[in-house]
Amino acid sequence: MTDKITIEIDGRDCEAAPGEMIIAVADREGISIPRFCYHKKLSIAANCRMCLVEAEQGGRPFPKPVPACATPVGNGLKVWTRSPKAIEAQKGTMEFLLINHPLDCPICDQGGECELQDVAMGYGGDVSRFSERKRVVEDEDLGPLIATDMTRCIQCTRCVRFAAEVAGVRELGATGRGEDMRIGTFVGQAVTHELSGNVIDLCPVGALTSKPFRFTARPWELSGIDGIAPHDGLGSNIRLHVRRNRIMRVHPRDNEAVNETWISDRDRFGYAGLESDDRLTAPMVKEEGVWREIGWSDALELAAKRLKGADPAETGWLLAPNATLEELYLAQRIARDLGCANIDHRLRQQDFRADAADPLVPTLGLPVAELERQKAVLLVGSDIRQEQPLLAHRLRKAALAGATVCCVNPLKLNLNHPASQLVGTPAAMLDDLAAIAKSLDARGSSALNDLIGAAEPTEAHAEAASALREAGEQEAVVLLGALAATHPDYSLIKVLAHAIAAAAGCRVGYLPAAANSVGAYLAGAHPDRLPGAKPSEAPGRSVAAMLDGSLKTLVLWGFEPDRDLVDAAGAAEALGEAEFVIACSAFRGPGLDSAADLMLPIGAFAETSGTFVNANGTWQRFQGAVPPPGEARPGWKVLRVFGNLLDLNGFEYRDGAEVQSELAALCAEVQYDANAPRGDCEAEPTSPARAGLTRIGNIPVYALDPLTRRSAPLQEVPLARGEFAVYLHPAQAAEDGFGPGTLLYAQQGKSGVRIRVILDDHVPMGCARIPGGLPGGETLGPLMGPISLERVKNP
Amino acid sequence: MSFRNAPVAVDHERDKTTLFTPEIRAAIDAHIAKYPPEWKQSAVMPALTIVQDANGGWLTTELMDDVAAYLDMPQVSVYEVASFYGMYDLEPQGRHKVCVCNSISCLLQGSEALIEHIEHKYGVGPGETTADGRFTFKEVECLGACRHAPVVLLDKSYHEDLTPESLDKLIDELE
Repeated sequence: MTDKITIEIDGRDCEAAPGEMIIAVADREGISIPRFCYHKKLSIAANCRMCLVEAEQGGRPFPKPVPACATPVGNGLKVWTRSPKAIEAQKGTMEFLLINHPLDCPICDQGGECELQDVAMGYGGDVSRFSERKRVVEDEDLGPLIATDMTRCIQCTRCVRFAAEVAGVRELGATGRGEDMRIGTFVGQAVTHELSGNVIDLCPVGALTSKPFRFTARPWELSGIDGIAPHDGLGSNIRLHVRRNRIMRVHPRDNEAVNETWISDRDRFGYAGLESDDRLTAPMVKEEGVWREIGWSDALELAAKRLKGADPAETGWLLAPNATLEELYLAQRIARDLGCANIDHRLRQQDFRADAADPLVPTLGLPVAELERQKAVLLVGSDIRQEQPLLAHRLRKAALAGATVCCVNPLKLNLNHPASQLVGTPAAMLDDLAAIAKSLDARGSSALNDLIGAAEPTEAHAEAASALREAGEQEAVVLLGALAATHPDYSLIKVLAHAIAAAAGCRVGYLPAAANSVGAYLAGAHPDRLPGAKPSEAPGRSVAAMLDGSLKTLVLWGFEPDRDLVDAAGAAEALGEAEFVIACSAFRGPGLDSAADLMLPIGAFAETSGTFVNANGTWQRFQGAVPPPGEARPGWKVLRVFGNLLDLNGFEYRDGAEVQSELAALCAEVQYDANAPRGDCEAEPTSPARAGLTRIGNIPVYALDPLTRRSAPLQEVPLARGEFAVYLHPAQAAEDGFGPGTLLYAQQGKSGVRIRVILDDHVPMGCARIPGGLPGGETLGPLMGPISLERVKNP
Repeated sequence: MSFRNAPVAVDHERDKTTLFTPEIRAAIDAHIAKYPPEWKQSAVMPALTIVQDANGGWLTTELMDDVAAYLDMPQVSVYEVASFYGMYDLEPQGRHKVCVCNSISCLLQGSEALIEHIEHKYGVGPGETTADGRFTFKEVECLGACRHAPVVLLDKSYHEDLTPESLDKLIDELE
C-alpha cells in the first residue's frame, strides 16, 4: 500500500497514496476545495457536502458529484473541482447552508475571518430564494472561555469530533433531529477540558468564539506576531494578535513537531494576565516597610551596591524556569562574575541529593512527536493533563494506538485513555517503582538494592515491567513529571527510574516543569552547570540550601515566593531573615511585597524577545510583541545595563540575538537525548511519613505561574481539582472523624492554615491533597511532606 | 457521524447495582449480551425503551444519566440518541401515546385528516396531552408500514388504513 499512484485534479497530475482522500491530495497540491466539516486532524464526517467535486475513475464518471473529503483516490481517478457540474453542486450546498444561517455578519465576531463568509463570497447567490422563517437556536453557556451563538451553527460537528477524538471527553453532542438538531452539552454545563479553546479555531462560523476576545476588535485590525507559549515545557507555537500595543488574543501556529495544530487553554488565554491591575510598572524600594517608587538609575545603583557589597557565598539567585534563555544566561553571568555560584531554577524541587548524578541536560529524551509512537510508557509522578496538556494528548494517542500506559502517582488521575494506575502515598510510590524494578531484575546501589529486595511485585507491576521490556529502546519510555520532582525522595525516584530503564532497555524522559526548564540547564541557571550545560567544578547551593535562612542577599527573578516555591512557609521565613532581597518581576503580589526590599519591573511574556528551549531541546526564538507597561523593561536589557553598571566585561550586547548566539556557541556540543545518569547516587529513602498523613501539593493547571494565576478568564474556569481545600479520601476522612466541609487546621512544621475538607476518592489513604500555587497556601510547608490535620474546635 | 476511536467508554464510577431495579437490569443485560463487550453501548436504544416504559413513558435527564452509567458511555451520547428518535419522550406523557405518521405515504393517504381530526375533537396539538391525561398526541416520522397508510402507532401496536371514525373507536377504548 505504500506505492504512490498518480491522479489528475483539474488537469494536473498529482501524486497520491492509495486510500488517501481527494481533499488531502488537493490540499497538498495547493488546489483549493471549499469545505466546512473536513479537518485534517479529525475524523471524516462528510456532512456539510461543501466539498462536492466531479470525478471519474477508469474513464467511468461517477453518477453524481462526490465529496472530496470522503472519496478515496484510486488508479485512473480524474477530479474536476471547478467544472460546471462541481460548481453547481457547491452552489447548491451553499444555498442550503445559508437557508438557516443568519445574515448578521456586521455584528458577528467571526466577521472577516469566517469560512462561511469567505466561501459564500465565492459560491453564494446574491438573492435568497428562501422566504420561510429561519431557525433560531437557544444559546448555551459553555463557561468563561467559549462564547456561543448557536443560531449561526452550520452543524459541521467539528467541535463535537474534537471533543470526542482529541480532548477525549464527550462534552459536546448533536442533540435533536433534522431542523431541530443543535450542538451543545444538552444539560448546559460549562466545558472544562484543558484543550477546549481549540473549538474556537475549529468552528468555521461565528457559533463558537472566544469569550474574552469577544467584541473587542475586528480581525483586520490585528497584526499577527509569532510567539512561543510561556507555560508548559512543550513550547507551543503561537501567533499573538496585537492591536495598538495590546495583545488581543492568541492563536496556534501549525508545527507538527511540537503542537500539531492545537494549543492548550492555558497558552490561549494566559495572555489575559498581562492586563492584571497588579502589574509592576516602576522600580520600587521598601523603606521602613513602605513601598516607594524610584527611578531606574537609583534602583540599579542600589542593587549594584548591595550585590557588590555582599559576600558572594551568602548571595543567591533564584530564577524562574520560564524566564527566557537570554535572561537566565545573563543573570548567571552576573552572578558567577561576582563570584556567586548559588544559582538555581528548580523552584518546586526539594530533594537535590542526586545533583551530581543527574544528566547534564534532563530532557524528554525523544522528539515530542515520537511520544505518540511509544508502545509502553511508565508515567511517574505526573498529573500530565494538568501539567502538560498537549503532551498528554500525545500520550493519549499512543495509548489509543495500543500502548501500555502505567502511572505511578500519589493521586488517581482523570485520564481520557486506558491506563493502569498505581496510586499510593509518596512512600508507596517508591515501593511501586521498586516492585517494577524487581520484576525486571534491576540492580543498583546498596540503598536501591535494599528497596528492590524488599519489594513485592504484583501482577500490575509485572505487566508494566514486561510491557517496557517488550517494547524496547525506541518504543518505551519512563517519564518523570512535576509531582515526582516535588517528591522528598526525588533522587531515589530518578535512580529507580534509571534502574528500571536500564533493566528494561528503554529510555528515561523528564517532563520539564516550565517553558524553559531545559534552557535553564543550558544557560547555566543551575548551581552545578556552567553555560553549555558543562558541569561546574565548584557547585553552588541548590534552591533548598539557598532558602535555609543562611543567605543574606537574594535575587528573585520572575516568580512569586509564596506561590512558586516548594516550601512557601520556609521560603517566607528565609526571605524574612535575609538582609536584602531584590525581586525582578512583572507583577506585584503579597508574597513579593513582604519578601522583597527592591522590586525591578521586567517585561512579562510577549513583552520581551527571547528564546525558550522546549522539552526535546528545540530552541525557539521569538520577538517581543508589545512594549512592557510603564517603566518596565525587557529582562535581558535590565541585566545588560546591570552588568555594565557592575563593571563586568562583555556586556556590550547590541540585541538579544547576540546574547543567544553567544550561548548557542557554548551549547554546540550538547546532546539533547542523553538522559543517562552521570554516576551513582547513594541516597537513602527518607521514608516520607510512613506513619501519619502526607501532603500532596499538586499544582492545578491554572496556578502554574504568575501570568496564569492572573488570567481572569482562566481563573473563572470551574475546575474541581483547583479549589484551595484539603482533599481527603472518604475512608480517610471517616477514620479521622471528618466530613465534607469540616473546618480543619492543617499544620506543616511551625505554621498552618484553616481549611475545609472536600471528599475525593482520587486521593490515596494516608494522604491529604492540598493544591499548591493557590492563595491560602502561604503558611504551609513543603508541597509534598508530613502534615497534621486537626478539627477547629470553635470555628 | 464516525468517531475514529469509537466508542469512547467512560467509567462514571457509580455502583451499577444501585441503578434501576433488578428486573430492569436483567432486561437490559439481555440486550447487552447480544453485543461484543466493548460495544455494549449498542444496547442504548433497548435500554432507553425499557427504562422509559418503567417510568410512565418518558425519560428524565437523571434516568438518561443512569443509562449512560450503566452502559459506560458518555452522557451526551445518550442525550443524542434520546433526543433524535421520536419514540423517546423527554417530558411527562399521558397514559397512552397516539402517534400519527406524517411522512409522505400516509400524508397522501389521509393522515392530515387524522391529525386535524384529533386536534379539533380532543383539543390537543402535536406533542400535547389531553386535559384528562388520557393520551399524548404525537406526529412521528415514517413508521414503515406505507402499504397500509395512513398508519397510527397506539402505544406499542400498529393500526393501519385508518379513518377519523376508526381512529375515534380506538381512542374510545383507551382508559
